[in-house]
Amino acid sequence: MGTVAVQGLSKSFGKVQALDGVTLDVPDGSFFVVLGPSGAGKTTTLRAIAGLEKLDAGTVHLDGRDATADTPAARDLAMVFQSYALYPRLTAYENIASPLRARRCSSSEIAAAVEKMSNLLHIERLLQRRPAQMSGGEMQRVALARALVRSPRAFLMDEPLTNLDLKLRVEMRTELTRIHRSLGGTFIYVTNDQVEALSMADQVAVIKEGKVQQVGTPTEVYERPANKWVAGFVGSPAISLLACHAEGDRLVGADGWSLPRPRWTTAEDGRPLLLGLRAEDLSVERRGDASLPGELYGLEPLGDRTVVDVQVGTVILKVKARPTVTGTPGERLNVTVDLDRAHLFDAGTGLALSEAGR
Amino acid sequence: MAVSVNEAVSAGPARDRTPPARRRRGRGRAVVETATLTVLAAVMLFPVLWMIETSIKENRDVYAIPAKFFDFTVTLDHFKDVFVASGGGPTTLSGSFLNSVIVAGVSTVLATVLGVPAAWAYSRFSVKAKKDQLFFILSTRFMPPVVVVIPIFLMYRQVGLFDTKLGLILIYTAFNVPFTIWMMKGFVDEVPAEYEDAAMLDGYTRLQAFWKFTLPLLLPGIAATAVFALIFSWNEFVFAIFLTSSDAVRTAPPAIAGLIGGTTVDWGLVAAASIVFALPVLIFSYLVRKHLVAGVTLGAVRR
Repeated sequence: MGTVAVQGLSKSFGKVQALDGVTLDVPDGSFFVVLGPSGAGKTTTLRAIAGLEKLDAGTVHLDGRDATADTPAARDLAMVFQSYALYPRLTAYENIASPLRARRCSSSEIAAAVEKMSNLLHIERLLQRRPAQMSGGEMQRVALARALVRSPRAFLMDEPLTNLDLKLRVEMRTELTRIHRSLGGTFIYVTNDQVEALSMADQVAVIKEGKVQQVGTPTEVYERPANKWVAGFVGSPAISLLACHAEGDRLVGADGWSLPRPRWTTAEDGRPLLLGLRAEDLSVERRGDASLPGELYGLEPLGDRTVVDVQVGTVILKVKARPTVTGTPGERLNVTVDLDRAHLFDAGTGLALSEAGR
Repeated sequence: MAVSVNEAVSAGPARDRTPPARRRRGRGRAVVETATLTVLAAVMLFPVLWMIETSIKENRDVYAIPAKFFDFTVTLDHFKDVFVASGGGPTTLSGSFLNSVIVAGVSTVLATVLGVPAAWAYSRFSVKAKKDQLFFILSTRFMPPVVVVIPIFLMYRQVGLFDTKLGLILIYTAFNVPFTIWMMKGFVDEVPAEYEDAAMLDGYTRLQAFWKFTLPLLLPGIAATAVFALIFSWNEFVFAIFLTSSDAVRTAPPAIAGLIGGTTVDWGLVAAASIVFALPVLIFSYLVRKHLVAGVTLGAVRR
């Protein structure tokens, strides 16, 4: 068992409202990712769940029981800190053993559990070292082992991969998914890296300025962003947004372009809208009926692909293209749009328009 | 990311990398500097040297005119006189030393026991008007002790603390607690709060987390702070002379000062007593010098 439900969490630090009514439901056994930019309140949410933060308002339920007033120890959770927070005077072995010692396990139990963890995380040779004698990646594994050595209600992870270099981060991503599958258990994982969120999560909660923007599977968050901010935050390169409005069976851009109106949209004529187009749904190589005239602004070769920047009116569109694409800045070209995959947002509220007809 | 103190402190000045031209000019300057510092050191240390000499001279050499610098007879009689009375048995001066040990030791322990948890609380918890409270605590140190000595004398006489060791211990503790809080708060701030957070999630209570994980990391800081508190209590003169009257309670500083006066002054005894008085502080500072350095450089350690 390991469900975590938080309701209406609010917390301010002085004048800064860190959390503003955060409500999340984490199902048992899921890999739940809290995604948001730095300062969005992700870490505060996690610390609130752990009982390390005194809340202004809101409740924390663990396994259906109100745990808002419980001490961190009584909540039976494990946490991996961004700074790892390994005890500097203890060896890796003693660090990993610490949660078991606090719970007065026998030394044979501890030895068996630490051995199991060190095998799982391949850190057998580190056990007698102190944190100062380890690299960042090694400390990270020991910190994970310390959290995973018990079977708590849930594992809380606060940007555990942020301090690693890119190669190690990609490795650990796969590793964590493997561990989640083999150990089971509820993981609540905080990150500002949307790639981590999309690749690891069963469920993603996107959070900004202490407010939950959207909760859903990675596919839902990517394919059906709830508002223009989520659309802009999730996905790389960022989604391109163009001001426009509907006029009969056309979408007319503020910069003068016009596209066929997507069949599924119900927006009334004249209402100010934002058209969201992802780089992979645009093309400068294919031909189609729906296209935007523009001017080549620049090329970003990324090895496996090239991102073509095309200026349409005042907006720069990011277009994904084959790595072989060439062109000179200033050159006129047409960007073909896959309108079935486009997104429309209300320009005022930023909320996505109903896509019920899609 | 933790770096030991040895790594954090640079291995020494990178003298060899200076270009030759600058080095030559530097050498000329170094000669002048060394000469000036030698003269200054000689002037500063002369009283100390003279005190050491006086303490091991025979009485007739102490009063010899012209003064004898080198050709005197060495004796340790004055040191014996500090502790052993002429008729056998301990001197009142040795009792004063014992009083100093008790008063300075107990007040330092009290200030540490009270100040360290207070510093931890001020560092870790959100306390109402924390800055104002800390400023108030600090402000008690702004005032020269002489200002309050008369009121405290009167109060002590009323409540029966006058001429008691407890009275001195209390007043020294009162002066050392603010100092301990301020100095220790700096050390606690340097220890990441995450260690305690991690310990609490491991299943320890907050106090256990502090005791098992934070306190060991604070030991160098506590040692440094305690040495400073000890030196203050050990050296304190103003309260000691005003708040004590009997030999049974008097601490060493006023007792040594009391040796001067009357018709003749036994300078050999004064010098020997002063050296005995200075030695514990010197030895203690020497023993904890590593911790003192660690205390000073703690802020330089990257985490």
